[in-house]
Amino acid sequence: MSLPLSIPLWLPAAAAFLGLFLPGVASRALAILGALGTFAWTLWAIADFERGAKGLQDATDQMWIKPLGIHYKLGLDGLNLYLIALAAFIFLVCLIWAAMKEWEHGGQLFFFFGLAESAVLGALMAQDLALFVLFFDLMLLPFLFLAGIYGPEGTRVAAITKLFIYTLVGSLLMLAAAIATGVLVSQQTGNDLSFAFSDLQASPLGKGSQEWIFLCFAAAFWVKMPAFPVHGWMPDGYKNMPLPVLAVFSAVLSKVAAYGFLRVVLPIFPDAAVHFQDLMLVLALGSILYGSAMAFTTTDARLILGYSSIAQLGFITLGIFSLTGDGSQGAILQSINHGLVVAPAFVIVAYLAERAHGSEDIRDMGGIAFRAPVLATLFLIVVLANLAMPGSSNFVGEFLILFGVFHSKLVIASIAFVGVGMAAVYSLRFLIRTMHNRVGPEVESREISFREGLVLVPLVTVILFLAVYPQFAIHKAEPGIARAVAPAALIAHEENVVSDAAVHPKPASVR
Amino acid sequence: MLLAAVTKPTIDWAGVSPLIALLGGSIVVLLAGLLRGRFIREQIVPFLTIVAFATTIGLGIWQWDDAKDLFVAKGSQGALRSDDLTLMITFIVSVTGIGAVLLSWRALAPREAAHGEYFALMLTSAAGMVILAAAQNLVSVFLGLELLSVPLYVLCATEMRRERSLESGLKYLIIGSVGSATFLYGLAFIYGGTGATDFRGISQAISSDVAKDSLLLTGIGLTLVGLAFKASVAPFHQWTPDVYEGAPTPVTAWMAVATKAAAFGGALRIFDVALIDAHRDWAPALATLAAITIIVGNVGALSQSSLKRLLAWSSVAQAGYLLAGVVVASRVGVQATVFYLAVYLFMNLAAFAVIAARERETPYGDDIRAVNGLGTSRPLLAWPMTLAMLSLAGMPATAGFIGKFTLIDAAADGGYTWLGVVIVIGSMISLGYYLKVVAAMWMRPSAAADVATRDASGAPRLAGADPITDRADWEVTLVAVLCGAAILVFGVIPSPLLNLADSAGKALGLL
Repeated sequence: MSLPLSIPLWLPAAAAFLGLFLPGVASRALAILGALGTFAWTLWAIADFERGAKGLQDATDQMWIKPLGIHYKLGLDGLNLYLIALAAFIFLVCLIWAAMKEWEHGGQLFFFFGLAESAVLGALMAQDLALFVLFFDLMLLPFLFLAGIYGPEGTRVAAITKLFIYTLVGSLLMLAAAIATGVLVSQQTGNDLSFAFSDLQASPLGKGSQEWIFLCFAAAFWVKMPAFPVHGWMPDGYKNMPLPVLAVFSAVLSKVAAYGFLRVVLPIFPDAAVHFQDLMLVLALGSILYGSAMAFTTTDARLILGYSSIAQLGFITLGIFSLTGDGSQGAILQSINHGLVVAPAFVIVAYLAERAHGSEDIRDMGGIAFRAPVLATLFLIVVLANLAMPGSSNFVGEFLILFGVFHSKLVIASIAFVGVGMAAVYSLRFLIRTMHNRVGPEVESREISFREGLVLVPLVTVILFLAVYPQFAIHKAEPGIARAVAPAALIAHEENVVSDAAVHPKPASVR
Repeated sequence: MLLAAVTKPTIDWAGVSPLIALLGGSIVVLLAGLLRGRFIREQIVPFLTIVAFATTIGLGIWQWDDAKDLFVAKGSQGALRSDDLTLMITFIVSVTGIGAVLLSWRALAPREAAHGEYFALMLTSAAGMVILAAAQNLVSVFLGLELLSVPLYVLCATEMRRERSLESGLKYLIIGSVGSATFLYGLAFIYGGTGATDFRGISQAISSDVAKDSLLLTGIGLTLVGLAFKASVAPFHQWTPDVYEGAPTPVTAWMAVATKAAAFGGALRIFDVALIDAHRDWAPALATLAAITIIVGNVGALSQSSLKRLLAWSSVAQAGYLLAGVVVASRVGVQATVFYLAVYLFMNLAAFAVIAARERETPYGDDIRAVNGLGTSRPLLAWPMTLAMLSLAGMPATAGFIGKFTLIDAAADGGYTWLGVVIVIGSMISLGYYLKVVAAMWMRPSAAADVATRDASGAPRLAGADPITDRADWEVTLVAVLCGAAILVFGVIPSPLLNLADSAGKALGLL
């Protein structure tokens, strides 16, 4: 027996909404219970998921807005299964983390947290393009309030406005493109307007339409990732969010953008994906090199993580646009890994800042490992995972990605290896400057407390678990991911065959 | 002799009943306002006005789905038509009317102008709006337009002791008269070109090609200009910010929503019925006008710090969005326009209610500072305002999102995808100012402290009310809360409203 997907989807928002009307402690407890319920469901859903089954599992399909042909269609498949689990897990941990602190107007904070979780899960579960766009836009809204109300005085309004305008510009373009897709497909087939992924996939648009629609979608996803060169909101946005909020934002929201490429772009606009493959790969490469270089030069702990995220998302894009099954599997695995690494990294930034009298500049830190070996060890695990040390799950992810790219684009793969090296440099620099070296001028060295451990240890445990058994995070997803890439991969393959034939005509004897 | 030639038209009293309720109501209210008791003037008169509007709605529901021509003389089509489009506009106007009466209940404007007159003028202009939307004859179109305009000129100037209010009334009178004159001139040309005053005759003349082209095109152009004045379509919008700002806030709310609904009702009738066969002539011009309006309105709003001016510019932009539905001249287009008008009602009424409330509570009038910190001090006002702003910007889960969706859908469906993209670009620009209001409410410290420090003379800077004698009472909050709830409800469950709008689209029977 399976639970209707609507229940785990709306549970966090519903619990948090009820919490608005309860006194402080009860509202926190309720919000956590809601997130916990959803997380428990995701574990069960993974166990219950049938590998290799075609089509959606646990699907819900109801007509929502009939005159506009919008379905309320949700479903699980290989593509979204683990990302949903990731989102539920990160939200739960960060919610617990947030609940340990005192907030002014705390009830609102938990309400927006719950709303954000439901919106993210909705974007991941949606099987209708209009519904996807709706959730994709909606998930930003709670962050407007979370950052705008709870961020630091002074700069937050400008920063949040910038973040919002950047991301919504992309989203609105995507809205127009999505509507155009539905309308064009319905005109092409003569059927009623429908936005269901399955209907759109069944009758691909002409190349010309695909191309401009692709660019609109890509713009939305690039901004959300963020990818070079549309990452302008990132430094301001990252500096102005409270850390529990930022951890969720960085760990989960950017993955929805990567997921969007696999869910929407490759299956529905395969011709355009092939057409723009090189452009996308070059941009991904730009993100990797630029992000890595910036992460190495900045000293603000948040920005180090921010820029390293740009680089990591570059790797993920690289995997997706290798247009191979391996590359895309690597991209999904790496999405999960990055989420699991960046969230504890922000937790550690918060702990470090507490020990350095609120400073988040790594020049003010140092030598913490001396008195806090446990914290240092946990940090070391996170860092090693981040730089994709062999033996970590990230290594497997990067390996799959580069393996995929090697198959299609040798030169680009070779350059991407520079990024792998740079990741080691900035990650280790971050670790050494904060944990080792001489004791920083502002630092008060203190071992991790039980409460602090309560947040950090589960995250690190999952990293270790996946390092030992990375198959867990990908095994059931493989067939689904392969299906998502298949149309584009096929077209790319045919084009390669044709162009190869043109460059190297087959010898007469073979004919 | 002459009198004998005039045949008495057949009158369908049931079909005219909503109009009679408005006109009869205005007479009753006017007379009741002459009574001496203060209670009668200040409580009973507004109550009677609400009864009149409610009766209109009731009679409209009774007439729903019963399309017929009214005032049919022998050989003519009838001056007015009662169908679902007329009734939808009647509903929108009446609901706005009820909201505006509630906002005026304890406001300064009716007290200065005498209650009977104030509310009677409101009902009269409502009758004009209904006539404009129902007209299917050039003469009745003009009659409706004038009947709606003249009372509004007076209403704008009802705060007689405030210079800005008088200025606003005068400005509106002069510019409105220019608009009316142009409109009349255009109607005369259309008559000259086609030899008919009723819409069916015009349509037949155009389709059978007896229309004298240059005369007709001049007529269409001038008519368009006249309607553009009323609906504040660029470049005929310049009066809007000044008049909106100067008029008493309840009047602004009434004018902003109801006039727009009526003007677009009239535009739908003229362009999508009478001139439908000249579609290829006027559609590109109208589309260009729409695009200009969207850009001008949104850019103009960016720098405003007065909330009423901001909403005025935003209403210019919204007029541009609405035009998209008229341009495509399809059933989907009419549906989109009518749906958006209905949504527009809730968004603007909520916003104006909050402005009206804050005008009475703070010394800032309608300056944006008046809503600073509203999120913590007055959540019951802050939430509706937030929803209104997000909905106007087109954020998901609000009715505005669905409204934009339908408009873009209509534009794409009618081959005007570029106009859909312009709507999207306009929405992007609009984020800049809508978010400013949201940020002021939630992310800036409360203005409560400033209230105490009113300047020494005790004379607050005002845009339409006296905070000492006026109190923002429950009815204003009620309007805000109900409209906010409607924004949310129709954002999640839009189908009922979409179906109503669809039958309005069907009523035109053109498509």
